[in-house]
Amino acid sequence: MTRLLASLRIALRALMVNKMRSTLTMLGIIIGVGAVIAMIAVGSGAKKRIAEQIASMGSNMLIVLSGSSTSGGLRFGSGTVPTLTADDGKAIANEIPAVKYVAPNLNGVAQVVFGNQNWSTVVTGQVPEFLEIREWSLSSGRPFTQQDVDGATKVCLLGQTVVDNLFGGVDPVGQVIRIKNLPMTVIGVLDMKGQSTMGQDLDDTIIVPLTTAQKKLFGMQFPGMVRQIAVQARGPEVMNEVEGQIADLLRQRHHLQPKQDNDFTVRNLTEILSTAEQSASVMSLLLGAIASISLIVGGIGIMNIMLVSVTERTREIGIRIAVGAKGRDILLQFLIESLVLSLIGGMMGIGLGVAGTLVLATFTQWPVLFSIEAILLAFLFSGSVGVFFGFYPARKASLLNPIEALRYE
Amino acid sequence: MMEPVIQVDELVKVYSLGEVEVHALQGISLSIERGEFVAIMGASGSGKSTFMNILGFLDPPTSGQYLLDGINGEHLSRDELAEIRNQKIGFVFQGFNLLSRTSAEENVELPLIYAGTPTSKRREMARNALSQVGLEGRFHHHPSQLSGGEQQRVAIARALVNQPSILLADEPTGNLDSKTSVEIMGIFQRLNREMRITIIMITHEPDIASFAKRNILFRDGKIVDDHVNLPLSNAVRKEVEK
Repeated sequence: MTRLLASLRIALRALMVNKMRSTLTMLGIIIGVGAVIAMIAVGSGAKKRIAEQIASMGSNMLIVLSGSSTSGGLRFGSGTVPTLTADDGKAIANEIPAVKYVAPNLNGVAQVVFGNQNWSTVVTGQVPEFLEIREWSLSSGRPFTQQDVDGATKVCLLGQTVVDNLFGGVDPVGQVIRIKNLPMTVIGVLDMKGQSTMGQDLDDTIIVPLTTAQKKLFGMQFPGMVRQIAVQARGPEVMNEVEGQIADLLRQRHHLQPKQDNDFTVRNLTEILSTAEQSASVMSLLLGAIASISLIVGGIGIMNIMLVSVTERTREIGIRIAVGAKGRDILLQFLIESLVLSLIGGMMGIGLGVAGTLVLATFTQWPVLFSIEAILLAFLFSGSVGVFFGFYPARKASLLNPIEALRYE
Repeated sequence: MMEPVIQVDELVKVYSLGEVEVHALQGISLSIERGEFVAIMGASGSGKSTFMNILGFLDPPTSGQYLLDGINGEHLSRDELAEIRNQKIGFVFQGFNLLSRTSAEENVELPLIYAGTPTSKRREMARNALSQVGLEGRFHHHPSQLSGGEQQRVAIARALVNQPSILLADEPTGNLDSKTSVEIMGIFQRLNREMRITIIMITHEPDIASFAKRNILFRDGKIVDDHVNLPLSNAVRKEVEK
């Protein structure tokens, strides 16, 4: 123990003597650890945002879109021809047992006015189940009910962005706003959802009862028309089954002949997002791996300096061996030196990484996420780099021939 | 009868420098009793430094036997030899070989660190050793702040601190002026007389060798002369000091 403490003191003193050199050597490790921490934080941040996105969309989600249209050989995208109705939604809910919720919806862009403020936003007609599927709650007021849908009442729920743009500090609940000149009573405000993965503002929205949107705001080309039907399955394992059953059911309801194409599209949203999540994981791993390379380069820097240091101090090593230092005393002395370099570098790197990430997050609005595990891992990694790259020079020192070492100029 | 502290029989050392073989020692036999003060003399290349390295367990002999306090180093490992050096041998070198940027006190503590002596005791022993060589009040000076003679005295204190069986001095006055050399020899004589420390010293200067009680002359790897010095009379000593 005494010897270990003594070795530690000797090592610290040697590092203090060459402050500039020690600092420059540490710089490699500082940058390496900083980079690892920043990259992992950015990667985990992206992953977390996608996970939140999945949660905000609701899990186990399928979206049924109305079909594409063809005009003069030109094919348009999904949803360009309205083919779905609210009754299709009801049929899915009633006839497929593995379905938990069904939410047909119809949306459009509308100008909204309150007092002397106005704002353009997406207005979506929904059924009450919508809030359950999206796991969306209200920050104030009340949700609308089935009665509101049945009666096509003129009520609406506002997203936070709309509230911010129309009401400066006024409590919106109970106020009357005009959507496409139609007076509507605000009955509630939706919780903040933030941005989607694509950077879309999820809070820039107004929700109204489906029938209100159909009959009073956007009109219908045919009775009960909806643009999409959101379907939530009971679990991830029945997703494919439900997807097939919806297709069968809708083909039957739309009287499609066996050779005819579907006039609708069923999309598995969760799958798309989990793919995105997976690629974010891979990305995160890749970034971490690239950053680790700089840590290894830092380690080589330590090795280089330790080799120089061993050569420079050959005479000192000779004196120590002559007065009775054993191989392991010398080994330990130099190993501790490189370990101290890399651990102090690691600690400073953690500081640099955290600070750098925060600055990056502030300027780029990227989501970042620090984890204790990642920080500990980077720190331990830097320590092992110190031991690994310090071992060779330390061993070289411990094996020096004392006679030659004492004669070294 | 007391066992001699150093017992050497037919010691041979051959270096091979590429193709050429150098016979540095060609059968050295001698014994040194406890409390002797021996000067080993000889021209450069006579093998005296090689002999010293073997006595210091820094270099193994090619053949022959060397016993220090009855210990044969032949089959000992590097670390075991380091321990013997630490416990039984004190080194004083021509170039002082102190650690720079390290105080006198800490330089003297060095062998104690490797002996595993507790910190508080280390300090006390180091200060005692420095006081014995007349360096009270210089405990915290660094080598660069000390004169050559003072540096060599720190080195002697370092060699003494572990109370070794022998003190090996390799040209201890080689880097010092004659006045300081005499001072250092005075210290050696006092340590030998008062503390019964066995000293083996290499030198090529006859007047330095004359401070020792016994002179051994090396030539071409062999001992050519081994005689006991008569104590120097004060008149002769004065003459030498000039």
